[in-house]
Amino acid sequence: MRYLPLTPADRAEMLAAVGAPDVEALFRDVPETARKAALFDLPRHAGELEVERELAGLAAMNRPAGAGPFFCGAGAYRHHVPASVDHLIQRSEFLTSYTPYQPEIAQGTLQVLFEFQTQVAALTGLEVANASMYDGSTACAEAVMMAQRVTRREKAVLSGGVHPQYAAATQTIAHAEGMEIVRLPAAIDAEAAVIEAIDQATACVVVQTPNVFGVASDVTKIAQAAHAAGALMIVVTTEAVSFGLLKSPGEMGADIAVAEGQSIGNPLTYGGPYVGLFACREKHVRQMPGRLCGETVDAEGRRGFVLTLSTREQHIRREKATSNICTNSGLCALAFSIHLSLLGETGLRRLAALNHSRARELREAVAAVNGVEVLTPRFFNEIAIRTPVSAAALVEACLADGVIAGVPFARLDPHAGMDDVLLLAATETTTSDDIAALAASLSKTLSGGAR
Amino acid sequence: MAMQNIGRPSRPRAADLENHASLTGGRGLLQDEPLIFELGGWEKTGVDLPAPDRDAADLGDLVRAEPIGLPGLSEPEALRHYVRLSQKNHAIDLALYPLGSCTMKHNPRLNEKAARLAGFADLHPLQPVSTAQGALALMDRLAHWLKTLTGMPAVALSPKAGAHGELCGLLAIKAAHDAAGQGHRRTVLTPTSAHGTNPATAAFVGYQVAEIAQTADGRVDLADLAAKLGPDVAAIMVTNPNTCGLFERDILEISRLTHEAGAYFYCDGANFNAIVGRVRPGDLGVDAMHINLHKTFSTPHGGGGPGAGPVVLSEALAPFAPVPWLVAGPDGFGLIEEPAGEAARAFGRMCAFQGQMGMFVRAYAYMLSHGADGLRQVAEDAVLNANYIKARLSAEMTPAFPEGPCMHEALFDDSWLEGAGITTLDLAKALIDEGFHPMTMYFPLVVHGAMLIEPTETEPKRELDRFCDAMLALARAAKGADRERLKGAPYLAPMRRLDETLAARKPKLTWRPGDSTVAPAPLAAE
Repeated sequence: MRYLPLTPADRAEMLAAVGAPDVEALFRDVPETARKAALFDLPRHAGELEVERELAGLAAMNRPAGAGPFFCGAGAYRHHVPASVDHLIQRSEFLTSYTPYQPEIAQGTLQVLFEFQTQVAALTGLEVANASMYDGSTACAEAVMMAQRVTRREKAVLSGGVHPQYAAATQTIAHAEGMEIVRLPAAIDAEAAVIEAIDQATACVVVQTPNVFGVASDVTKIAQAAHAAGALMIVVTTEAVSFGLLKSPGEMGADIAVAEGQSIGNPLTYGGPYVGLFACREKHVRQMPGRLCGETVDAEGRRGFVLTLSTREQHIRREKATSNICTNSGLCALAFSIHLSLLGETGLRRLAALNHSRARELREAVAAVNGVEVLTPRFFNEIAIRTPVSAAALVEACLADGVIAGVPFARLDPHAGMDDVLLLAATETTTSDDIAALAASLSKTLSGGAR
Repeated sequence: MAMQNIGRPSRPRAADLENHASLTGGRGLLQDEPLIFELGGWEKTGVDLPAPDRDAADLGDLVRAEPIGLPGLSEPEALRHYVRLSQKNHAIDLALYPLGSCTMKHNPRLNEKAARLAGFADLHPLQPVSTAQGALALMDRLAHWLKTLTGMPAVALSPKAGAHGELCGLLAIKAAHDAAGQGHRRTVLTPTSAHGTNPATAAFVGYQVAEIAQTADGRVDLADLAAKLGPDVAAIMVTNPNTCGLFERDILEISRLTHEAGAYFYCDGANFNAIVGRVRPGDLGVDAMHINLHKTFSTPHGGGGPGAGPVVLSEALAPFAPVPWLVAGPDGFGLIEEPAGEAARAFGRMCAFQGQMGMFVRAYAYMLSHGADGLRQVAEDAVLNANYIKARLSAEMTPAFPEGPCMHEALFDDSWLEGAGITTLDLAKALIDEGFHPMTMYFPLVVHGAMLIEPTETEPKRELDRFCDAMLALARAAKGADRERLKGAPYLAPMRRLDETLAARKPKLTWRPGDSTVAPAPLAAE
């Protein structure tokens, strides 16, 4: 077997050195009834060619986003990633290393994390950031629990504009930890209802911008109301490219900003692995979850980096840790950081402007289709529309034309009474031809009376 | 070829071999590399993009006016920056990486290639399921392998890493107790040798954590367990093979006692790689177990993630598995958000979307490559390699549990260093100079000065011998006259020992404008 270097002669020699008659003797502590003598009922080993053939066959049963006009967003976005990003993350020294427990031989990873933290802090307009979380949704849950530690209050108010799967994950995880999660009803302009829901028991307010319907808003007033009640303001962003065009969470008064970083450097990959961004104000850093990289010096006084403040973490604090998180999303954070270094401020701003431009073109084209009502007033690269037919049926009909028209909101939240709402995103990868094909398909479907 | 040597000395002169510093601070192939913020590219970009044809006037005052503070690099500069940084990392592709409990094994590149097929990489999590049947089929096949290898009837694929899987398992257990009117069970028992994530996760879910004592031979103390199991206990969390690298001999009795007390048995599957293909946790009475795909099934560790932590569940816990559920129907596979039927009582959702698909592809490719026969050999070779190291190093060092074989990792304590004034840390740092990544240090906590060595099955005997030779030489040095020298190690790494106390006392977590920039290298005098 190509991944196993020991030869039968090696094994015999090593068993002799160990003083065991056979390998079975090494498993003697396993109860005999639990030792399987026979091979499991699974295929035998296979060569690279055979494995590749099977996986290519499975991949071919999928329709990649790039195979035609494509408008899905809702928390995951199709962007172009420079070829050098994927090349660099496959360097052995990045790909096949582990958490930098021994900083003397992990400065590569550590310096990248320090740069990543600085980039994330800059993007979100906050002072400090951690070395990444699993993804945006779990980062959101962790932010809510951090607010509980900071304020010693138990209630979290979630805007109805928060991605329903983020809200569900937060409800599952933070509720398990003892928090009361108040989810406001889904609404296009959900932010309007948030302030009224804040009271003296509120630990935090969670608002997403652009929200799940694509609505970009200034949440400064909500932050002020939260602060007046002694609560923390958490701003969620699922499209990290928007930081290049829209006011930052920090500028609008966020105490904690969490975001999904997939858009920068990482492919869609059917939902994961992604990279959660997590930033906060410096005064709360000791309540922050996840790993942190910090600057220090070595024995010769040279600048270097180490994992730090680990007294917050599970391997030291055990049941008193700020979080149970052990791993982060290192390689995805590396991809994010490389892509962002390539973009720089100039490139990110250009990319964000380009996304917005494509979305404006998308908006104009679908608004011109008879029967389409555009619901999103101000947007970054994503809009919601309402049509006379169910969004699921609409997507199905467009699919027959080779167009993947977007995400029916009901797929995220079937109980919101929004079966007729469709979410559509455009990015720099969306062409005018794609938009024209979508408009034609929508037009045909809506005039043809598909139900 | 020979011409290149004309006029040049073919071997260095003695004087050249003396400790030599370069004129400008360079260190041969090892380049010093400033932070991206010090490279001065505030207006640069390495990405060419067309100009937008519509403006952002519609956004009004939502537009970000202030500078963000992000430097840019041209493509050649970016390549240099990251390649230079990469050369400061140890990696499994470079040499043995024996971090106990972390399972640093070879990462096949076929798996990387497969995960990058457009049909997987360029697939949106919310596109119509009819257009993602291959992805769902792969998840179904992966689930089949995981269920078969563990002997468990169900699996939740979505958890994003081991600790996330632990959380998923405990939430299923909590939901099952609540459903059975057993919500008053508030305690989780873990052995003193447990991974830190176990008590952290239990506390996270609101449980009280109580410790189970350990016997002198490194196993769960059955009498102590029996005494602590009571009507308030919701679950036990036991790693098997345990963190001392030993199989829990009394595992069947452990699970019997646990179930008799009305509690569930959560198994931390971090060490499943030691028994895969030979032993099914389902046959040991396990109710829930996470599987670190990045350990047993070799998805790359990537400098600290991403991982993947699917959780296998027993018949009793399966109905509580989190959404989405992957189901096969007449029209193919579907993702169910609201499982119907009397038995379905999903406890909630672990994350957005459906899990670490990119890791599923890699793990499945690894499973197919090995097959049932290869995976069995994986466990055997991992265990043989660890026992070989234990046998060889016992010549100079003291195994924490000398009696009997270990499983996939060899654990030593520091009693052999007594009186030498040299610590486990010194030894680990000295190992760096010998070209190896250190073993896991000071874990498990139950063993003084613990050194936990996990070679994995992908090491050739030659590399094991090279490592043992180095370790034994260091052990002798640690007891020798010149041992003080070890306290300064490493000497040959890109950096000397780093001041971790300083980092924690005055945390500096980001670069800020005005921070000292690296001075440009002085020009050589003309």
